[in-house]
Amino acid sequence: MTKFRTTVLTALVASVALASPLFAAGTLRIGLQQEPTVLDPTSDATASISGMLVHNVYESLTTVDESGAVLPNLAQSWTISDDGLTYTFSLVEGAKFHDGTSFDADDVKFSFDRAMAEGSLNPTKKIFEPIESITVIDPKTIEMKLKRKDAFFLFNIAQGAASILAPESAENDATKPVGTGPFVFDGWTRGDRLTLKKYADYRDAADVALDKVEFRFISDPAAATAALMSEELDAFPGFPAPELLDQFEADPRFKVVVGSTEGEVILALNNSKPPFSDLNARRGVSYAIDRSEIIEGAMYGRAVPIGSFYPPHGPAYVDLTGMYPHDTAKAKELFTEAGLEGGEVTLRVPPFPYATRSAEIVQAEMAKAGVKVKVENVEWGFWIDEVYKKKNYDMTIIAHTSPNDLSNFAKGPNYFYGYHSDEYDALWNAINTETDDDKRHELEKQAQVFIAENAIHAFLFQLPRLAIYRQGVNGFWTSAPVLFQPLAGVTVQ
Amino acid sequence: MQVFLIKRTLGFLTTILAISVIVFLVMNVLPGDPSVTILGIDSSEDARAALRAQLGLDDPIWQRYLHWIWGVAQGDFGTSYFFRVPVGELIAERLPLTLSLAAFGTLATVVLGIVLGVIAAANHGRAGDWIIMLLSQLGIAIPAFWLSMLLVLLFAVKLRWLPPGGFPGWDEPVAALRSLILPTTALALVQSAVLARVTRSSALEVMRLDFVRTARATGMTRGRILGRHILPNALVPIVTIVGMQVAAVVTGTIVIENVFYLPGLGRLVFQSISNRDLFTVQALVVLFAAIVVTANFLVDIAYVLIDPRLKGRLS
Repeated sequence: MTKFRTTVLTALVASVALASPLFAAGTLRIGLQQEPTVLDPTSDATASISGMLVHNVYESLTTVDESGAVLPNLAQSWTISDDGLTYTFSLVEGAKFHDGTSFDADDVKFSFDRAMAEGSLNPTKKIFEPIESITVIDPKTIEMKLKRKDAFFLFNIAQGAASILAPESAENDATKPVGTGPFVFDGWTRGDRLTLKKYADYRDAADVALDKVEFRFISDPAAATAALMSEELDAFPGFPAPELLDQFEADPRFKVVVGSTEGEVILALNNSKPPFSDLNARRGVSYAIDRSEIIEGAMYGRAVPIGSFYPPHGPAYVDLTGMYPHDTAKAKELFTEAGLEGGEVTLRVPPFPYATRSAEIVQAEMAKAGVKVKVENVEWGFWIDEVYKKKNYDMTIIAHTSPNDLSNFAKGPNYFYGYHSDEYDALWNAINTETDDDKRHELEKQAQVFIAENAIHAFLFQLPRLAIYRQGVNGFWTSAPVLFQPLAGVTVQ
Repeated sequence: MQVFLIKRTLGFLTTILAISVIVFLVMNVLPGDPSVTILGIDSSEDARAALRAQLGLDDPIWQRYLHWIWGVAQGDFGTSYFFRVPVGELIAERLPLTLSLAAFGTLATVVLGIVLGVIAAANHGRAGDWIIMLLSQLGIAIPAFWLSMLLVLLFAVKLRWLPPGGFPGWDEPVAALRSLILPTTALALVQSAVLARVTRSSALEVMRLDFVRTARATGMTRGRILGRHILPNALVPIVTIVGMQVAAVVTGTIVIENVFYLPGLGRLVFQSISNRDLFTVQALVVLFAAIVVTANFLVDIAYVLIDPRLKGRLS
């Protein structure tokens, strides 16, 4: 009996030990705040679909590097006709879908046709809008004709919305993703984790260091901290809470990396109605706010201020933060001129920590300049309906995370900015069709100055990418020019 | 008894039907458009229109309700807007975790609550009573999510005895049990504090009655008096509270599952309400209501078993 009991006990202890986390070589456990509800980036815009799967499971014709420069991917090379309208892509050899079906030009045509079709659910359909026709020349060559020049075409088709799918599996990609990338989808326990494993038949399989990737979904920052501290995770590339970073920096087991994203955080003003249809009132807001105070209070100092609508790490960036230095007296003067002195405006804030924290500081700063701000913290659904769709707001705080989004100011008076200017529309059109990089950057600089001079919004800071890694994890991007993060180059020791 | 059962079932069905109408109406009045949530604020209007048409969001509300209730009558709870799989499948995937958590939570609550309550009553006015009452006061005052975080800090981060959250699935029973220890403790500590107090005061009340004095006069031991005479007579209020606590434990899983990132129904409720995932919310609310109604029903049965005089109430 005693012997039996000892055996049972030993077995129990052994199994408990086995159940404890083991550091399997080549396994990476990544924490993510947001869990997607489907796994198909061509039908849902949720950022974490791209974050996990794009350029890991799915691939596109092109890809980009950490600086945002376009690189070949499923298209190994391309030529562009002299008029800039015809792109001829030569496709890579040896690519195969994970279910064994072959990859060729027909799959490319299928994927683009599907995204462009009437009734397609593609969340960024506009990137396909310039395409006039797609012709398969031979199985390894495909030609795309554009209606007009598009400077961002090669960049845009690197994104998840332009992933190349196979006609055999496209319908099931929402729950069982199949692509040509370096990792194969392995399993998904909704609410808990999603796993990928290395694709043994990948054309560059030798360059892929990881055998297995496990994404764990943890939305609460305190729970994420506990998971990292107890070494249940190796990486948290999009850590949500800047206030918790200090304790990781103090801990030798971790490294903290602060990079940049494409997300401009703006104090958006409703240009379509008083008081902010008046330029003086808008400029008053820009003078009233103190960016360094907002960044200190809302982001614990972990963000870079912006003076217009362009990321500081971008090639065409101009620093315009000095255009409206913090000057309460000047703000007061402008508010008086606009008839806003002593008045009240509404600031409707979506439920994101960067927004709710910034709102309180904005409120205090505006009060000093003689304008009372009523802060309303609203739910995301309410924000979409009332602020975004009905323009029922005076001020709001939101991050725009899409790349190349200078186009937002050319979206016409019905967009929630309520802004319209023929001059800016022409400027954006010139940017969008200028395929010469230097010339385009010059135009993008003009656009930034235009937006700042007209104080269309007040610009706060660039959303940082806060990342925490266990020592020994290498190869993650510092900054994120796009929503995806290729894992093929990531290594674990 | 049969009449009682029929009455109860009819009452149950009417409750569920009324709840489903209310949820449907509320979810439709709430602002928020699933097509923008899914496709993002930078999506084009025609893609959103296509999605709304596909999800049937443009049909009038009464038509959508009738369509849904007709499906339910045939055992089809609809398809989730967001996950794009049948709601039944989503729930089946997550039910085992939440049920185990709720069962462990209730069991721990009952055992801990009654044992502590009885100890306190038996030591009435002495140090043991005083300490238990102080602790239970503390237990009632501490919010479950905060207690959870303290437990994680101590047992997962400092001591590394248990995982800080997550659930590996029942395929790995030992790891699964290990990951449920902290959530169960967090759920049960708060609830058992309430139960301990009720048990104590109920037992004390019975102790003052004449038959207890008589039993003592016959020379019975304290333990025997407690077990044979006091506890059975103190059970009715205890069972009433336990019935209410089952509901509290089930709804408590919503908070606990979010703190411990467990893939159960509580997290699904949270996620689908913020996403305006109508059919998922409907099915979950109905399911939670069913659990609560069933618990109340079991309490009613238990009354009769405890106190045969109450049998008349059931017919």
